[in-house]
Amino acid sequence: MAVQRRSPAESVAMTGNEAVADAMRQINPDVVAAYPITPATEIVQIFSAYAADGRVDTEMVLAESEHSAMSATIGASAAGARAMTATSSQGLLLMHEMLYVASGARQPIVMPVVNRAVSAPLNIHCDHSDTMGSRDAGWIQIYSENAQEAYDNLIQAIRIAEHPNVQLPCMVMMDGFIISHGMENLFTLPDETVKEFIGERKPLYPLLDVDNPVTFGPVDFTDFYFEHKRQQFEAMLEAKKAILEVAAEFEKISGHRYGLFETYQLDDAEMAIVVMSSAAGTSRYVIDRLRRQGLKVGMLKPRVFRPFPAEELAEALKDIPVVAVMDRSDSFSGQGGPLFAEIRAALYEYDKRPIMVNYIYGLGGRDVRVESIESVYRDLDIIRRTGVVGPRVRHLDVRE
Amino acid sequence: MSEVTQQKANPIRPDAGWKELPWGGIIPVGGTARAFKTGGWRSNRPIWDSEKCISCMTCWIYCPDMSILVEDGKMIGIDYDHCKGCGICAEVCPPRVKAITMKPEGV
Ligand code: SF4
Ligand code: SF4
Repeated sequence: MAVQRRSPAESVAMTGNEAVADAMRQINPDVVAAYPITPATEIVQIFSAYAADGRVDTEMVLAESEHSAMSATIGASAAGARAMTATSSQGLLLMHEMLYVASGARQPIVMPVVNRAVSAPLNIHCDHSDTMGSRDAGWIQIYSENAQEAYDNLIQAIRIAEHPNVQLPCMVMMDGFIISHGMENLFTLPDETVKEFIGERKPLYPLLDVDNPVTFGPVDFTDFYFEHKRQQFEAMLEAKKAILEVAAEFEKISGHRYGLFETYQLDDAEMAIVVMSSAAGTSRYVIDRLRRQGLKVGMLKPRVFRPFPAEELAEALKDIPVVAVMDRSDSFSGQGGPLFAEIRAALYEYDKRPIMVNYIYGLGGRDVRVESIESVYRDLDIIRRTGVVGPRVRHLDVRE
Repeated sequence: MSEVTQQKANPIRPDAGWKELPWGGIIPVGGTARAFKTGGWRSNRPIWDSEKCISCMTCWIYCPDMSILVEDGKMIGIDYDHCKGCGICAEVCPPRVKAITMKPEGV
């Protein structure tokens, strides 16, 4: 996110969860169905206070599980409502079956997800294993670096999901505890501005339109199912355009510029890391430090993981000699994390492409320190100078 | 079979391509179950005797597939396009009437 500086006096101090709950208050969804889970609990806890105090018009459905919460959200959305929920980790895993129903039925549900490790062993701290496990569920996935981005992304997500050419559900991520519970100064928009920006939902086939009855979820066998999946493929291509279209409009009301990804000191970089979410902030600091020592280091921070901006990412990375892709989850393929696999595949078409290594990092909330990121750049520098790659997949800050 | 033909035509043609089909497998008209002929699933066929029938409508209430055809308050026959042959109608027809008997298909 590139920021047009506003006066700090206009900023407010909020945690990530508070910022997301405030965005939800401004979105004022018709229905919110949810079930609590650490570290996302606060989002709906704060929001339910808004509902109880009459500050939103939302119908709250307190479900008995996340599977039910997502089911109720889908039902409400099919009825024509603007419906939301929020979750994390095991909760997202319990929703897994219904995630496919939401996307397959083309319901533009928007859901903040606070990234957290998954059991076993039990861990409540940040990594991206939960949402990376949902990457093939047909949802748009947007990752936020900080509370400001989480707030901005959530408001944009409504427009992206409900875009007439898209009509897909969208999850908006932030890092558990690091961002969800970290206090930060951020700029919110006036309620009226948000209301005008998101407008009213225009559902395609609302179930509550009793004069035009429709069937949702019919049996769809060999004769039609494949055509409906082909439509979802197309919708994801359209989502990429819609994300940029909505970002351009959002910049006009906020002064915050968003794209499919963000780069930092990448143009002349000889070594780069690709890293999502909160660790990008640490990386920016390390880059400034290493640049002062004469090392040409840079960063690319993906914002949108689904749809995957393959061509755009490849164009941005193809001329950099050495690249480390940082994955805050492992797909246990033995070939590295999901971000690494997809970025490498995106570069397959290019004759000239970087030497690439993968760092699995920060699992279960393992702290990502300045020294951690610096050690990655030092490793890349050795690879660049010697041409010796060594292990393709590495584990950052794991004790031997 | 006036009820059946009155239905709005289903706009989903069997050869429709992905660009023209409604998104999400949604069927944008009601009453489409009528277009799906389930009669072929039947292994026992209810045979109705119009001479015996007193049009009490018990079978019409119980039939799970809405296959008892009625006109002007009188039973007029069975919709074999949708009747799945469960035999409930024969079972519930009053014992002193017994206007419906089940016969194996194809015998
Ligand atoms: S056999 Fe079953 S389905 Fe067929 S008419 Fe009788 S009750 Fe209905
Ligand atoms: S239950 Fe028997 S008597 Fe009554 S309407 Fe049906 S067939 Fe006729």
